[in-house]
Amino acid sequence: MKPPTFDYVRAESVQEAVQTLAANGDEARVLAGGQSLMAMLNMRLLHPSVIVDIGAIDALNYVRIDGDEVEIGAAMTQAELWKRPECRQHLPLLTKALPHIGHWQTRNRGTICGSLAHADPSSELPLCLAVTEGSVVLESQSGRRVIKADDFQTGMLSTAKREDEMLIAARFPKARPGIGYGFSEFARRHGDFAIVAVAAVADGSTIRVAVGGIADRPAVLRLGDTDAMDEMLNRFAWELGGTDDIHATAKLRRNLVRTLGKKTIEDALACRG
Amino acid sequence: MPRLNKDQRSLVSLTLNDEAVSGHAEPRMLLSDFLRHELGATGTHVGCEHGVCGACTVRLDGKAIRSCLTLAVQVQGRKIDTVEGLADRDGTLSPLQQAFRECFALQCGFCTPGFLMTISEFLEQYDEPSDAEIRDALSGNICRCSDYNAIVAAVKQTIRQVKSVTS
Repeated sequence: MKPPTFDYVRAESVQEAVQTLAANGDEARVLAGGQSLMAMLNMRLLHPSVIVDIGAIDALNYVRIDGDEVEIGAAMTQAELWKRPECRQHLPLLTKALPHIGHWQTRNRGTICGSLAHADPSSELPLCLAVTEGSVVLESQSGRRVIKADDFQTGMLSTAKREDEMLIAARFPKARPGIGYGFSEFARRHGDFAIVAVAAVADGSTIRVAVGGIADRPAVLRLGDTDAMDEMLNRFAWELGGTDDIHATAKLRRNLVRTLGKKTIEDALACRG
Repeated sequence: MPRLNKDQRSLVSLTLNDEAVSGHAEPRMLLSDFLRHELGATGTHVGCEHGVCGACTVRLDGKAIRSCLTLAVQVQGRKIDTVEGLADRDGTLSPLQQAFRECFALQCGFCTPGFLMTISEFLEQYDEPSDAEIRDALSGNICRCSDYNAIVAAVKQTIRQVKSVTS
């Protein structure tokens, strides 16, 4: 279908964008790469009165190292980040996860921050942000705040972002020696929404494993070691409360948490630098 | 900061297949519809219209994108390439198009413009892609009547041919 009607504002700066958001409340939507928003508009799932296009704000098209973190601006596309040396060097988890996101053509437009703001429970990037314990930077006319991944995504397609705020950057912890990362995903076809996606971070003493595609947001399990891994993953699989739907049964989802979970943890342990 | 009213048709100028063109679009007009209905470039096909099928793939500043997930007003001043720009002006097919023809990589042809535009960018980035890399790049284009094996064969034939010409 075709999108409903809306006014269109091409913001030239963050200040202009947040001004428009402040003036329009929940009637405004931010457009970056548009790979989720445009599809929702075409399906008439949203009826905003104004679209604020931030894709042309060059100041938001960056990736930079800031201390122990890598900060990614809101206009940086998934394809562009994947090609950057900063990604290969400092973000091994994203280097593994990015090729799983959508397709060649959608990664060319889709942004890192747009995916986080959209907060789809089966998306790869919210999962990566959750398991690495990263954060997002929100800006409004009244100032800037930084929110941890765990506090940001509050449910399916919902976040702690206020109507007058926009997500201007994402911060992922920089990889350190001794930490390994794993990522696996099961989908019917490459690029489809994940039925189950798993990301893991392992260092000498702790293992974090996050599962997407089952609960309403990424769920993180923390393990001290691998001794009781099978039992912990089994309990986690039941706790997540998957249901039967057209894509998969709850039983398949639980099995995927056990098997993909174990594989991903083992991958993470195996590639500790 | 220009604000375009929802009912206002504004002038959108762009470079389409190396030619300066322009047309009018209201904010909600999709690039796919703009190309077809305003500019008469009907080589770009519209399938699902929500970013899944890949039929509407065009290149924006060289990158393969979904024209159904892009607004016409977003491409003001930018460079768009569509399937109409692949063949020479005298109608000689590009090596990729010729390979599609020779490998029977199309049947009804509805999805073909999207495949061609995706692969044309892919081949600029990969000199010697593996089968897995080719299939991965093609995963965002759906063909419902032909055979993906023939499409992969056409991609590989193009790579061989281009290499034999350049070496």
